[in-house]
Amino acid sequence: MDTTITENAVAVRNVYKNYGDVEALRDLSLDFPKGQLTSLLGPSGCGKTTLLKIIAGLLPADSGEVLVNGKPVTGPGPDRAFVFQDFALMPWASTIRNVAFGLELRGVAKSEREAVAEKYIAAVGLTGFENSYPHELSGGMRQRVGLARALSVNAEVLLMDEPFSAVDEQTRRKFQEDLLGLVQNENKTFLFVTHSIEEAVYVSNQVAILLPRPSRVSEIIRPRGFRNKDVDSIRRDPEYLDLVDKIWASLKSYVE
Amino acid sequence: MFARHRAVILKLCSALLVFGAWEIAGRIPVSFAFPTFIESLAAFWALIVDGTMFTAYVETLRPLVVGVLISAFLGIGIGLWTGLSRAFDWLVSPIFVVMQTAPLAALIPLLVMVYGIGLTSKVFVVCIMAMPVIVLNTAGAVRNTPAALIEMGNAFLGTRRDIILKIILPSASPIIFAGLRLGVSAGFIGAILAELKITPTGVGDIISYSRSIADYPSMYAAIASIIVLAVLFLNLLERLEGFLFMGTRKTLVSD
Repeated sequence: MDTTITENAVAVRNVYKNYGDVEALRDLSLDFPKGQLTSLLGPSGCGKTTLLKIIAGLLPADSGEVLVNGKPVTGPGPDRAFVFQDFALMPWASTIRNVAFGLELRGVAKSEREAVAEKYIAAVGLTGFENSYPHELSGGMRQRVGLARALSVNAEVLLMDEPFSAVDEQTRRKFQEDLLGLVQNENKTFLFVTHSIEEAVYVSNQVAILLPRPSRVSEIIRPRGFRNKDVDSIRRDPEYLDLVDKIWASLKSYVE
Repeated sequence: MFARHRAVILKLCSALLVFGAWEIAGRIPVSFAFPTFIESLAAFWALIVDGTMFTAYVETLRPLVVGVLISAFLGIGIGLWTGLSRAFDWLVSPIFVVMQTAPLAALIPLLVMVYGIGLTSKVFVVCIMAMPVIVLNTAGAVRNTPAALIEMGNAFLGTRRDIILKIILPSASPIIFAGLRLGVSAGFIGAILAELKITPTGVGDIISYSRSIADYPSMYAAIASIIVLAVLFLNLLERLEGFLFMGTRKTLVSD
């Protein structure tokens, strides 16, 4: 896909962010093409979660601006939905209430929001667990609830903060395959924070590599050859293997 | 069969142990002023039959119920505000810490001078006993709401009111209820303390009157009755909590 003609769903322009004396982001600019999945990849402390939260409107930038569909971000908005690393499910609420919670906060009537929630619970494969509480679900199932909640508000941009880092390896692989399906079918823009090189290369249309001190985008990599291949053959694709190696070579020196 | 009724059987054993020890201690006797369990039970029955116990409780429950209700509503309200606002926390928390640690019995004469010997003073004593733990527990619970949940509420466009009502309160409710239980039991102590120290009325009157005429079985019957009532009430509160927040009792999801 040629990016010069692709619209940007999200554009980050010269964003600065400090925590006290610590410089989290310095003059960071990055574009996120519509309908694609962009990973933010980097060692811990490079500010990737900070950047995602600024885009979400959960944190203010010190200067610079973030545009979502051309409109500047001033806070959380209906055009963005967030998937949290630690799931952020309400332990006192059943699956269906957790999934419908985004709509509940928007004032959607109960029967209507539960119908929507029902649909996305089925889409993430949790049919039959509507009335289970989070403590009755496995880690992977909890994140499916978190994903269904984000999908059910029907935002154009999905912000995912290391969504698979708290689930086991097998579940994570399944999630990564499912995510490729979502990107294909849902026509949404995905922003995906990860610290796994393999994961980033596997799922992304574009990988933005962030380096720390000061945080900056050091490189943007676009896997091309294997994007339309079958999910099972990606990991054997020479381009996939080369990219993983290349990214590791450039990140290696930043790992303590 | 034992497994199914284990809780009940063990609770009965516990009661048997306490009452047995009481009976034995009364028979030795450890003191001539310490009646046996059976004597106290008989005195208790006598007090119920002649209606003394009933009229006494009507009298005692008034400051207790009023005081506990005020403490619960005001306490949870103030606690909520304290937990939400740093500034308000600095303003009021010291007051409740002082209230909690103050030697109340020594302050009662002061209360009597200001509010007289009527209901007001007794309600005050109950409130001073019950409110601090309710306020401090509520504030602590509100402050400890997982930041991730509040962030989630913000990300999904919750208003401040939504976040308080739908996230902070349910998340804090187990600890608020724990504070409520502690507050209510402290309120029971306060109600009896008020009747012993201000004017002898109600159950406090039975206690001090029977002590003055050396009718120790009646005195212990009155003391035991207030303990039983407190335990029953606390059990009721626990049931209510279980009914209101079925899912909340389980641990937070973050492993």
